[in-house]
Amino acid sequence: MSTNLRIALRFLTARRKAMVMSLACITLGVGLFVVTQATTTGFERFFIKTIVGTNGAIRIEDRIQETLRTMEAERGSDASGFVVEVKEGRKYIQGIQDPALLIAAVQRFANVSGTSEVLYGSVEMRSSFKNEAARVYGIHLDDHLQVSDLGRQIVRGDLADFRLTPAGTLVGIKLAERLQLEVGDSFQLQAGGEVRRYRVSAIFETGVGDIDKDRLFLHLGEARSLLRRPTGASFIQVNVVDRDRATQDAAHMEAVLGHSASSWQERERTWLDVFRALRLSTSITVSVFTLIAGIAMYNTLALVVMEKTKDIAILRSMGYTRRDVTRIFLWQAAMVLAAGAVLGCGLGAGVTYGVSLMRIRIRGIFTADHFIVAWSVWHYLAAVAISVVMVMAASLLPARRAARLEPGDIIRGTAQ
Amino acid sequence: MSPAGARPLGDPVLRCEDLHRSLGQGEGRVHVLRGVSFAARRGEVYAMVGPSGCGKSTLLYLLGLLDVPDRGEIWIDGQRMSRDDDAARTAARCRHLGFVFQFHFLLLEFTALENVMLPMRKLGRWGPSEMQDRAHALLASVGLASKTHRLGNQLSGGEQQRVAIARALANEPSILLADEPTGNLDVRNSAMVFELLTGLARKNGQAIVVVTHNPELAARCDHTLPMRDGLFLT
Repeated sequence: MSTNLRIALRFLTARRKAMVMSLACITLGVGLFVVTQATTTGFERFFIKTIVGTNGAIRIEDRIQETLRTMEAERGSDASGFVVEVKEGRKYIQGIQDPALLIAAVQRFANVSGTSEVLYGSVEMRSSFKNEAARVYGIHLDDHLQVSDLGRQIVRGDLADFRLTPAGTLVGIKLAERLQLEVGDSFQLQAGGEVRRYRVSAIFETGVGDIDKDRLFLHLGEARSLLRRPTGASFIQVNVVDRDRATQDAAHMEAVLGHSASSWQERERTWLDVFRALRLSTSITVSVFTLIAGIAMYNTLALVVMEKTKDIAILRSMGYTRRDVTRIFLWQAAMVLAAGAVLGCGLGAGVTYGVSLMRIRIRGIFTADHFIVAWSVWHYLAAVAISVVMVMAASLLPARRAARLEPGDIIRGTAQ
Repeated sequence: MSPAGARPLGDPVLRCEDLHRSLGQGEGRVHVLRGVSFAARRGEVYAMVGPSGCGKSTLLYLLGLLDVPDRGEIWIDGQRMSRDDDAARTAARCRHLGFVFQFHFLLLEFTALENVMLPMRKLGRWGPSEMQDRAHALLASVGLASKTHRLGNQLSGGEQQRVAIARALANEPSILLADEPTGNLDVRNSAMVFELLTGLARKNGQAIVVVTHNPELAARCDHTLPMRDGLFLT
């Protein structure tokens, strides 16, 4: 153990109560930071998992057609050039005309893990209880299972029944509740004046209220027939290996394929911003504890410096340098900080675990029956890093003040 | 303990010339030292005496490199130190100087043994076990062999001052500076501490400069240097 550390360790006992108060503040600051990050990140990740598992990582839709272009003729040696400037624009042509060709092109992107051709349209859904407006999604089941969590979202019934039944459907849970439909029940869909009868093969719950209240899946062929769209598709749902790269991939696809492509980050920007703001605001709020810890440490060390001026003088007279004195006081702060960080991380982990067991019913943007937490080492590292910055910055001032003291002035009794 | 340094005992180990020092700010600034010159040889004891405010302690702190003169020069072991930076003066204090103050200034959270080891730890000349042995021997030489593991605040005033003497001798300094070392002790303890201080220093060949108000103690020193108004009278 270095001499400076040894001296710092003994000096710690000089203001034991104040040091304990600083320790408590650091512990609380680190612990609460970890808990708030774990819960906000947990819910955010679960939301992302839900929306990516429902609407896919990337959606490729309308074709983009460039309308007008600025033209420029190069000035040659024997002729003058010209420029025709117009406001450039693009036109969106609804839907996808040749989905097979587009899917083949999309599958050549390295990050793509699955594609699903989807045709959708509005229908009226009739049960013996009531009628409701609904949106039909025509899919190839096996393709769609590769780009969504539909398989895990089934709450009643069986996907096998849907696979084997041409008139089978998968109905959103809220839509089924509104129409009082259960697995095996029949209902009618009306589109374009034609009415057809279908059967509920299974009921799914994505957790996203807007989807669960009006979405039902049909086999793609049946949807084409019902909606009278024998060719083409409404969009291609794409799954990717690294979902964090979805934005770059979507931009690349849009440029290469000539179709609009939107990533999950783009589609859900509003909610993601809400989560980000929530995480930031809770971080700032709980960082107040760490700030208080820094102020407490500053006060404590300032008091210790005042109390230990004669000790500082005698150490300086023995040959201890100004740097030694600074280190002695910074060691004190570092020891309290280290203890506070360890205790805070323990507190954070314990409370996070406790919170994860708490029951809470959430429906609307996702479905959860208990608090969702995220376990990440980065939360702990961030909490410790914030406390290190605040506490050590606050400690530097009294430590430097101690180092600036002139031993002659102290012994003479004139140190300020 | 081995004698300090290898030079003959008669060599001046500490010398100053034309030292000036003013203290205070603005109109309250006082010219405390007005051109003091002085030399101290190994194995000899010097007593600075004089009324309060005459500049004895100010001179002692300058000689101990705890303060910087406004004018004049200080040599320690032949090396000019008065214009050196703080780091060099701090290193010189560690190697060459030992201090004993009126208020012993022990680190109360440390035992007597640890207090004596503090200067040795900084100097880094000896290993851990050697430092312990030296500290034990020094405390034994001041009559505290049985109290080495007592904290500073578990010792009496006289005992604390004896620990301070042992600590001042820890790095085998060539110069020992003592500012009223017995000023806070009763008569019996004063005599004992003074004898210890001078006896050990003489034995080790160290120059001792003592500031004292006590004329009896001053009379027992090799040289008495009366001061008045910032100057030696002789």
